[in-house]
Amino acid sequence: MNDSIKQNLDIFRKETRAWLEANCPESMRQPVTSPNDLYWGGRNAKYISDDQRIWFERMLEKKWIVPYWEEKYGGGGLNNIEHKILTEEMTKLGCRKPLFSFGISMLGPALLKFATAEQKLKYLPEIVQGKIRWCQGYSEPGAGSDLAGLQTKAEDMGDHYLVNGQKVWTSYGDKSDWIFCLVRTNFEVSKHKGVSFLLIDMASEGVSTRPIKLISGKSPFTETFLDNVKVPKGNLINEPGQGWTIAKYLLTHERQMIGGVGETGTPPQLSEVAQECIGLTNGILSDSILRSKVAKFEMDEAIFDYTIERIIDEAKAGNNSGALSSFFKYYGTELNISRYELMLALQGYDGLAWEGEASNEGQLARLFCRTKGNSIEGGTSEIQLNIIAKRILGLPSS
Amino acid sequence: MPLIITEEQQMLKTSVKELLKNKGAITNLRKLRDDSDPIGFDKELWKEMVDLGLSGLVIPEAYGGLGFGYTGLGQVLEETGRTLTASPLVSTVLLSGTAIRLGGDVMQKEQLLPEIAGGNIVIGFASEEGKHHAPKLVKTAATLQGDSYVINGTKKMVLDGHVADKFIVVARTNGAVDEEAGIELFVVDAKTEGITTERIIMMDSRNAALVHFKDVKISANSRLDGFTNGGYALLEKTLDIARIGLAAEMLGGVNEAFERTIAYLKERQQFGVIIGTFQALQHRAAKMFCEIELCKSIVIKALKAIDADSPDLARLASLAKAKLGEIYQLVSNEGIQLFGGIGMTDDEEIGFFLKRARVVQQTLGDTNFHLDRLARMRFF
Ligand SMILES: Cc1cc2nc3c(=O)[nH]c(=O)nc-3n(C[C@H](O)[C@H](O)[C@H](O)COP(=O)(O)OP(=O)(O)OC[C@H]3O[C@@H](n4cnc5c(N)ncnc54)[C@H](O)[C@@H]3O)c2cc1C
Repeated sequence: MNDSIKQNLDIFRKETRAWLEANCPESMRQPVTSPNDLYWGGRNAKYISDDQRIWFERMLEKKWIVPYWEEKYGGGGLNNIEHKILTEEMTKLGCRKPLFSFGISMLGPALLKFATAEQKLKYLPEIVQGKIRWCQGYSEPGAGSDLAGLQTKAEDMGDHYLVNGQKVWTSYGDKSDWIFCLVRTNFEVSKHKGVSFLLIDMASEGVSTRPIKLISGKSPFTETFLDNVKVPKGNLINEPGQGWTIAKYLLTHERQMIGGVGETGTPPQLSEVAQECIGLTNGILSDSILRSKVAKFEMDEAIFDYTIERIIDEAKAGNNSGALSSFFKYYGTELNISRYELMLALQGYDGLAWEGEASNEGQLARLFCRTKGNSIEGGTSEIQLNIIAKRILGLPSS
Repeated sequence: MPLIITEEQQMLKTSVKELLKNKGAITNLRKLRDDSDPIGFDKELWKEMVDLGLSGLVIPEAYGGLGFGYTGLGQVLEETGRTLTASPLVSTVLLSGTAIRLGGDVMQKEQLLPEIAGGNIVIGFASEEGKHHAPKLVKTAATLQGDSYVINGTKKMVLDGHVADKFIVVARTNGAVDEEAGIELFVVDAKTEGITTERIIMMDSRNAALVHFKDVKISANSRLDGFTNGGYALLEKTLDIARIGLAAEMLGGVNEAFERTIAYLKERQQFGVIIGTFQALQHRAAKMFCEIELCKSIVIKALKAIDADSPDLARLASLAKAKLGEIYQLVSNEGIQLFGGIGMTDDEEIGFFLKRARVVQQTLGDTNFHLDRLARMRFF
């Protein structure tokens, strides 16, 4: 890197930091303690505080909601290095992400790669502005791990598609405005080839949802019913029959997100929790068995972070790392599951409360339950291991 | 500091791979073992390694080395880990060479470093005394008598000790056993009166001698006193660098054992199909793959930290040695299991990795030692 580029980046870093310090309200620099702290946008969006609104609006004006998308889509047009600097500075100050969105983390990348110029201009800016909240309609009662076996039917009626079927496990289905769906447009061809990728406005007639209660006692996902829903043909992304290719591409992004790559808030440091909950004897945790488990966990946690760093560096140097999203998904989620398993063990009786103010309405116990879904959503751990075995290691199918 | 190697380092790695492919292969180690070779490594191969510059990689140019850095040496160690090549690289270059480079005064450096770079001497690193790695457990005494120190004690696990020309000896000038203060490092000629060595051939067919020091008299200026923070700090830093070097070697062994196992899964047939089609085995392979991704990251991260003289060296060294210890154990165990009966035979080479894994696991601290150390660093 030559000196003038380096100098410019130093200036960019300084200016970024100064801007964040001046514009990010104090309360938006506090760690996220509950899912309610996150702003998701959408037609029915509500801010939990003025600070949250101010922070979102300022970042929007600065074009830093999705800093790395092109400006014509409402992005900030930052290159990789600038984006990295911005992320680093936000992390240093503890700034929260101004907007959480499946539109940014999942649909956006797929549209950028597969949609027409017109479709990109229509959907991407609305994502950036937080106007439309998206959810994912992949799974069906009969199609989970075997996603390509999906049966939701989209019939070509000339000027529109007529959609019938049922989706399930739709995260935030009841809070979202639009759903990106996998549908079957062709029943004659092999199962992967008959799938298409369709965007559906959930305000359309025939779309309804029913919440499903989770073991965490919350219900952030739904069954989603599609009964004779008319969908304009322009809502189909790319060609009919390309749905599976798009879905797989999108899943790699989803998996990295679930695996914790580019993760948001800082999770609790287990060794600190351990010191507080268990206490020390001669400077050593008083429970020696838990101590070794925490030490092992923190080893893997630290090295997993270095692995993200290394693989990003390798990608920059041009070494392709395609199927590695399965590695991130598998390892990252299993780590998170162990983190909460240990948190519960460390907290003992105090971690078991399900209700009441003292436990913040059973926050830990509920989070613990929720993490069990990490190794299921976005493709189960077993499916990730299958992908690694076949695609990376080249082991044969039976 | 990106976590990738440079083109130059890659070139070095490739040429070492080429050299070791034939001359350093496991057949070579097997032959040394079966011939009960008195030295325990192949002197001719070592000479070729020296000619390639490997013995001088981390020695400054001013002292006859290449000043190429530890990330480069790590690539070499990784290759010797793949081929299980026995050589004085660990004893003389990684351990003793590092201690002298860090702790020697100009005279000591001028005298010893060019000899190491030239491949002319073997220097055993004599630090261990107990059943397990324990840097502070030093009973060996160095008593000042006029112009000399007199050393008394016994050292274990002195790699290449039976053929060493010199030793770096860790001894105590004062303080109780287990205290940091009072620990010092000395350069001792192996021929000095009062030294006896017992060769111990280990499970991995390499050598680690038991060395007895009885009233061994050395001149007072044999102490390595050039390190600002004193003897114990010098020892810890040397050990941390060597732990990272060993982790790099272990990464080579892990990769090689894993690749051989995967190749076998693609070749062996049972029930009329290739055993690699069985999902139970595929998942075990995939889990190992994931763990190895972590191994690669911590090794490169730690190697780069040595060259950058990072203040975080100790933590990274323990992370590297702990993780690689865990995963070399896993991969070498799975290797035998997935090879089935043939994995238990001496003819099949996979067993050599199991044996090396156990020896290198203990050397300079096993996974338990380093997890404990990491926990202490984080005050729990
Ligand atoms: C919290 C949460 C949020 C979700 N959000 C969404 C969402 O927003 N949108 C959406 O479309 N879906 C969502 N899902 C659905 C999710 O993608 C599916 O649950 C998942 O793909 C698994 O499918 P399934 O539940 O039908 O399980 P099944 O496929 O029936 O699996 C049952 C068990 O069998 C194992 N198994 C299945 N096939 C194989 C195989 N070939 N080899 C080895 N083992 C196998 C699985 O690993 C699992 O252990 C969500 C799920 C959860 C838990």
